[in-house]
Parts: sequence; C-alpha cells; structure tokens
Amino acid sequence: MMEFKSINKVVAKKDSQALVTGQPVYTEDIMPKDCLIVKVLRSPHARAIVKKVNKSAAEKIPGIVCIVTADDVPKSRFTIAGQTYPEPSPYDRLILDKQIRFVGDAVALVAGTNQAAVDKALRAIRVEYEVQEPLLDFTKALDNDIVVHPEDDWKPLVDVGGDNKRNLVAKACDRHGDIDAVLASSDVVIDRTYHTRQNQQAAMETFRAYAYKDAFGRLTIVSSTQVPFHVRRVVSHALEISKSKVRVIKPRIGGGFGSKQTVVMEVYPAFIAWLTGKPAYMVYSREESLTVSTPRHESQIRVVLGASKDGHIRGILLDSLWNAGAYGEHTPTTVTLSGHKSIPLYNAAEAFQFSYTCVYTNTIAAGAYRGYGATQGLFALETAVNELAEALHMSPVELRFKNMVRQNQVLPAYFNETALSCTLDKCLERVVSMSGWDDASPRKVLPNGHIQSVGLAIAMQGSSVSNVDVASVTIKVNDDGFYTLHIGATDMGTGCDTILAQIAAECLMCSVDDIVTDGVDTDTSPYDSGSYASSTTYLTGNAVVKTCESLIRRMKELAAVKLGLSDTDLDDLEFDGKAITCLQNGKSITVRDLGNGAMFMNGIALEATESSYSPTSPPPYMAGAATIDVDPETGHIALLKYDAVIDCGTVINPSLARVQAEGGIVQAIGMALTENVQYTPTGRLQNNSFMQYRLPTRLDVGPVNVEFEPSYEPNGPFGAKSIGELVIDSPSPAIAHAVYNATGVWVRDLPITAEKLYQAMKHKNL
Amino acid sequence: MMITYWLNGKKSSADIEPGMMLYDFLRSQGCYSVKCGCETTNCGLCTVWVNDVPVLSCAVLAVRIDGCQVTTLEGLQEDAKEFAYYMGLQGADQCGFCNPGFVMNVLAMVRRFDSPTEDDIKEFLSGNLCRCTGYMSHMRAIKEYFKAKGKEVRS
Ligand code: FES
Ligand code: FES
Repeated sequence: MMEFKSINKVVAKKDSQALVTGQPVYTEDIMPKDCLIVKVLRSPHARAIVKKVNKSAAEKIPGIVCIVTADDVPKSRFTIAGQTYPEPSPYDRLILDKQIRFVGDAVALVAGTNQAAVDKALRAIRVEYEVQEPLLDFTKALDNDIVVHPEDDWKPLVDVGGDNKRNLVAKACDRHGDIDAVLASSDVVIDRTYHTRQNQQAAMETFRAYAYKDAFGRLTIVSSTQVPFHVRRVVSHALEISKSKVRVIKPRIGGGFGSKQTVVMEVYPAFIAWLTGKPAYMVYSREESLTVSTPRHESQIRVVLGASKDGHIRGILLDSLWNAGAYGEHTPTTVTLSGHKSIPLYNAAEAFQFSYTCVYTNTIAAGAYRGYGATQGLFALETAVNELAEALHMSPVELRFKNMVRQNQVLPAYFNETALSCTLDKCLERVVSMSGWDDASPRKVLPNGHIQSVGLAIAMQGSSVSNVDVASVTIKVNDDGFYTLHIGATDMGTGCDTILAQIAAECLMCSVDDIVTDGVDTDTSPYDSGSYASSTTYLTGNAVVKTCESLIRRMKELAAVKLGLSDTDLDDLEFDGKAITCLQNGKSITVRDLGNGAMFMNGIALEATESSYSPTSPPPYMAGAATIDVDPETGHIALLKYDAVIDCGTVINPSLARVQAEGGIVQAIGMALTENVQYTPTGRLQNNSFMQYRLPTRLDVGPVNVEFEPSYEPNGPFGAKSIGELVIDSPSPAIAHAVYNATGVWVRDLPITAEKLYQAMKHKNL
Repeated sequence: MMITYWLNGKKSSADIEPGMMLYDFLRSQGCYSVKCGCETTNCGLCTVWVNDVPVLSCAVLAVRIDGCQVTTLEGLQEDAKEFAYYMGLQGADQCGFCNPGFVMNVLAMVRRFDSPTEDDIKEFLSGNLCRCTGYMSHMRAIKEYFKAKGKEVRS
C-alpha cells in the first residue's frame, strides 16, 4: 500500500474543539437578535380546500407584523428538492396553497416581534375548510378517484413518466436479457413482497433558517442546509425573484442525513424578510420536524428470484411501488436506487428487470434520507436472497459467494460500469469470521429460554451522481504560505472540511494545520451540487486534487519570476511542500516567501479553482452480520452486536470513517427495530415526538464492530470511494435474517417490533 | 418575578416571567451552548447543572434556580477542552449539536465515579441521544478521558 503523510491518518475534525466546548456556531446561535419570529399555521385535515382565512382578530394582536395566506404568495410552482437543475422532481409546490394535501400542510404564515404574540395569533386565525376524503393507502393510489394534485399547472421539468391526474409521479422499467424466459426455466423461483415505512432522519438540530435584506437590497439566507446553492435557486423560484438577489450562507449544521437536502422551510422566512424588509427567523419544533419534513419513502417492493438448483441466481425481477406522499420531491430519483444499487450485487444473473411506480397520497411528503432508496431496495433484495438460500437448502454465505459481484466485472445493471475496485468477497469472508456465523447452527437456545441468532447481508451504494454532480474547489496561498481551502460542499458533521483538507495537505505536502477551511457562502464559495449522494470525499476530493495540481503550477510560475528564471521550463522547477527549487541551478524560494512575495509587485494570482464531475459512480461495499437475542415469550429483540466490514476504497481518515459507519449502522438498527411511522385513519401522524418515534439510545445497541477491507478505486482521490450512505443499508436485512434464524418467521414489514414478531410467531405456532 | 442565582459562578438577579423555562432563560443570558432537540424531555441536549446536579433545562422553570448555582458548558471550558481532545481523536464530535448536553453529563460523571463499568456509563448517559455517532466513539473517548484523569473504566 502507498505511504501517505496526511491521509489514511487520524486527524481530529478542525471544528472539534469548538463543537465539544459548546461554542456558538450554529444558525440559532449567530442570528441577529431583532428577527421577526415566523411560524406556520398548519392544516389539521389530510385533504381539504381552504375556503376562507379570517385573520382580522389575529392581526390586531400587538407584535404581529404580518399574516400571509395563499392569496398573497407568488403563483408559480416549484420543487423543494435539492437537486441539480433541471430537477427530476416535479414542480408541484407553492409557498402556500389552497389545496391541502396532508395533515400539517401550510395554510398561513404569521410573523411577529415575539413568540408569544405569534402563538396567540396562530390560535386566533379562523380557517374555513372544505374537508375532503383523503387518499392514504399508496397501494390504491394509482388512478384513484381522489386526485392529490388536480392542478393544471403541475409541471415536470424532466419526463420521468409522471401524470398528476393519475396520482403518478414517476414510472419506468429497465431490462436486460429475457427475464420471463429465465424465470420460466429456473429450477427454483421465489416471489416475495416487502414493505418498508417512512423513516425520520431526526437530525438533532431541527430545521431552521433566518433571512434578511443586506445593504444592497439583496436577500441573505443563513440556513442549516446541505445544499446552499440549491437553496438559492429554490428560493428564487418560489419568490419569483432573480437568483442574483439571493445569497445563502451555511454555518455549522447539526446533522442532516439527507433531510437538509430538501429546502424544507427556507422559503418561509425568506418570503417574510423579502416582504417586510425585516430580518426573519424560523425554527421547527421537533413535532413539526417529524410531521412535515421529508422522511424516507415508504415502499412496497416485489422481488422475484430465479435460480438453478446448484445456487446460480439466474434472474432478478424487482418492482418498486413508492409512496411520494403529498409532494414529489426526490421521488423520481430515490426510487431508481432501489434497483440500480441493489441488483448489481448479483452480477452473475443472466437477466434482470427493474420497474417502478411512484404515487402521490395524502401522507407526509417523503424526501431524501441517507441511502436514498438503496436502503429499501437492499432490504427487499437481501432478504429475498436469504429466503432463496433457505429454499435452496444452501448456506446464504455460499449462495452469495457464487453470485456476487467481483472486481473488474462489467455491471449490466449498473449502467455497464466496470467494478474497478471491489473487495466485497473479502468483506463477507471477514464478517463471517467476526460474527462467528455457522452454517450448521445460526441459532442457539439459551438457558433462560431466549434464542440467540445471527443474520447476514451485503450492500452497495454509489459515490456521487455520475454525469450530473459538480464539485468545485478554490485554494489560495496567503502570507507566510498558509492555504485557504474554499469548498461549496457542506460539512454536516461528517468531517468533510477536515477530510478535504487532509487530501489538500497530501497534495501540497504540508501539514493539515496549514490548510484553513470555512463554511459555505454562495457569493464566495465555488459551486458544488452539495453534500449528498455520497459525493464529498469522492467528487469534491477529486476536485481538491485537481485544484492542487493547478495551484502548484501557478506557484511555479510565480517562483520562476521571483527567481529571475522566466525562461525556465516549469517542469524544471520542483515543489516539495516547503520550497520551489530549480533543478538546473539549485535556486530556490520557500513557499513562505512566495506567499509573501505574491503581495508585492506581483501580477500572478496565487490561487486556483477547478471543478470535477464523474462519468462513473464507483460503489463502496459492505458485509454486515447482526447477532440478536429474541425472547420468544414477548417477541422482544435485543441487538447484541453488529459486525461490519467495509470497502470504501482508501480510508482517508480512519476515525471519521469508523464513526460514519457506526452512526449509520445504529440509525439502521432503529429503522429495523423501533422507528415506526403510523397514521390514524384520518391521516394524522401518531409518532410525532421522540416519545413515540423511538431512536436507538446507547442502551439499545450492543457493540458495533467496524473493520475495513480497502480496495483502490482508480477514479477516486488517492483511491477513495464514499462511505456515508452505504453503512445504513445492511442492518435491516441482516436483522430480518437473524430474526428468521431465531424464530423461523420472515418478517417482511419493517420495523420488526416485538408486537409484530410476537403475532407472527403465534400464527406460525412456534 | 425576581430571582437571584449564580450563573457559572457569577451572582446575578433577573426579573422573569413565572412560566419561563430555564432553557429559554439561559439562552437569553447568552449561554448558547445549551441546545434543544425535543419538546418531550427525551433528548438530553439541554442538560445543565443546578447545584452541581444535571437537570434538563427544558423541563425546569427558570424560577426554580432562585438561590441556586447554575452551571453551563460556558462555565466548564477548561474541562470541556480537555475532554474535546479525546472526542476529536475518535471523531466523536460529529455534528456537535448533542455535544454540550452530553459533555455536561460526562463531566458530572467523572466527578461522581472513580471506576465505573461500561454499563454504569451507558446508564448514566442513557438520556443523551445522539443521531450521528452511534455512541461507540463516545465510549472510546470517555475511557481515554477517564484514564487521563487517573481513573479506569471496567468492562
Ligand atoms: S430539549 Fe430534549 S430533553 Fe430538553
Ligand atoms: S453528534 Fe450529531 S447528534 Fe450527536
């Protein structure tokens, strides 16, 4: 393996002292003190038409500055999905709409000088609704008489097969080979359907932003967002103002996990600040965040697998039904990952078919959550593969070794990309030994009557959206030769500021401390699509490498001038991190003198900006094993330990990579076991607080053991691929497998709560 | 209502609304380390000390601190910096939003226990949610920190 100086090393996050000591670095800590407080009046009905809003009493309350209804807002539809323009998500939102589409949909905005006045005004507004029957069951949504988006100005920018009059957001089918013939001639065919519910990202910092007009009459928005450049566009669309009028700043943010890849609420304070000329602040309560932000899409996925007797998986059919909820943000794109980031794992198949249908309902609008659709697809496919192993009376480990993707294979189910880096086979081998998996007895009955068992799964993800995402980086040399690294990617706690500084330090042969980073400001930061789709380490990392190369050339140009060697070929100058030296005559200038010299009689700007995009999206891989303890009397499942081995290419920062993995795995354990989203018959969310929506606590999880099995990705910076999303994909199928091994019951509907498992065991009469 | 209290060692008085929560009061006094993550006393982000005992400031009325010593992370900067070193090496700070409440409990814990078990620690910190880290790195950092303090964590 290559020897590195700054990467593949543990470096504390550049902001760690500030964060652990509680410095005021988040949106709410830095906002101006005279902000108007903005809140939303929300509908208690899942589907209704707002007939009349009587705001006269509320307007008289002292401190109330304005109350805005659907009559007062711009009339062009937009999407709040943080995606590259033109967005595949339909333009189906208004800031406020008369048609109410889910419980919590916005009816009016209230702005006032203090919280108490605003709360009072919210209670004083009288709304007349024409209540309509809601459409809550996504399996009945297509072509239902109830139309969630009846409007004529519903607008897709990209044709993804949607038709609002049919409640259809997107639809497509992708095939390779003759799936019907392959399934018909397979020795064993299994046909199963899986259901996953909405899941809340539940970042500890809820959604928040403030907006103000600056001295130039422009609107500045400071927001806890993963996608500042997309916020700029979305706000400009929503407010119908020019993009040049909008500036977005991202300070430190308290977690995202995809939730802040959607412009969930920025348009509200932005609109109020634009309207009143006064600074305006809005923060979502936890209840609001759970009720109206954009959780993971609910899915129903049918998987049909055809295999030969000896365990060759010959055909894979995967059909996803996707519940968009009330609005379509991220729907047409998340769904594609359910097949594209699962089927390629079984690359030996002769034929596959991946089809999907995405529908509107009157439930919470779903959005982006770590894993972005791959998570649902992998739960379904991996569980099906475990079920197939059972049907074949074969070890699930052996079945995977026979069929899984190997390095250098071409992947027909992954846009014919080649797997240039893949150690999945080694990952699986190691996880089998770490977990103590035993083909003969994956279950043990303990003296107390509980059953201990192990379950396995593998997973993949991508690294950036190929041929779409753009990452740009600017690096400047300053006095005394320290560097400033400007990125448009947003560190949301993952540590990308530090990881990218490590990559820059490696290229510039300096210490990580010599590289200064900062937050993102759309006025001054170079463009980046944003931090999502597992893109920062891979794509922005590549941009860092490219920028450093350009910068070194620039430094050599200036060195040549300063050394009086203007005619020298730049290749004859050598940069070693400390100085630039002429190989011909030994003349040398230090980086320190160069930095200072750039500020004296100089015509060469010592900075460089480069962009990168990627024609491929190299998958990282993982194998995971869950060890659980089931109490057959109650159905209670305790997670005793989780073992994972990961191929994310070169590990840039081992501590940060490990914590990414541990954090993602524990989120997924929540998804598998406790995090439940349930609606009342009228469409009201039941799990609207942390009391009912149960995140794993530190008592709920046994040790999570993470190891790495690095490959070297030739297209990545120093061989790196992504890790952030991958890690959430393997636990739910591994846990479902462990539950089967313990009880003989396949629970095909997440989460596997004690009640559900108890009922399932009872019906099987165990 | 008038109250007199010591905030991070400094004596002050304030005239406050009887219904005001301690969380809101502390932020109004510039203690921005104190964070809120829920409305249902489930997350632990708002943890501060009243008379050296950790409490959830979102669930305590501000009037209750009358005559009391209140400590926030602003008043424990040296200890926090020391612990931050171990958190940083583990990458356990992550988004950091849960850190202040968590650190308040860790600092209370290191004062209370000399040789806790891992289970004691988990129990003590069970009210502190973290969505980023998955908790393992917290434990690694705490063990190192205890070691540096001449204490040990038993497994
Ligand atoms: S804010 Fe969640 S416990 Fe106080
Ligand atoms: S570090 Fe983000 S919630 Fe704990």
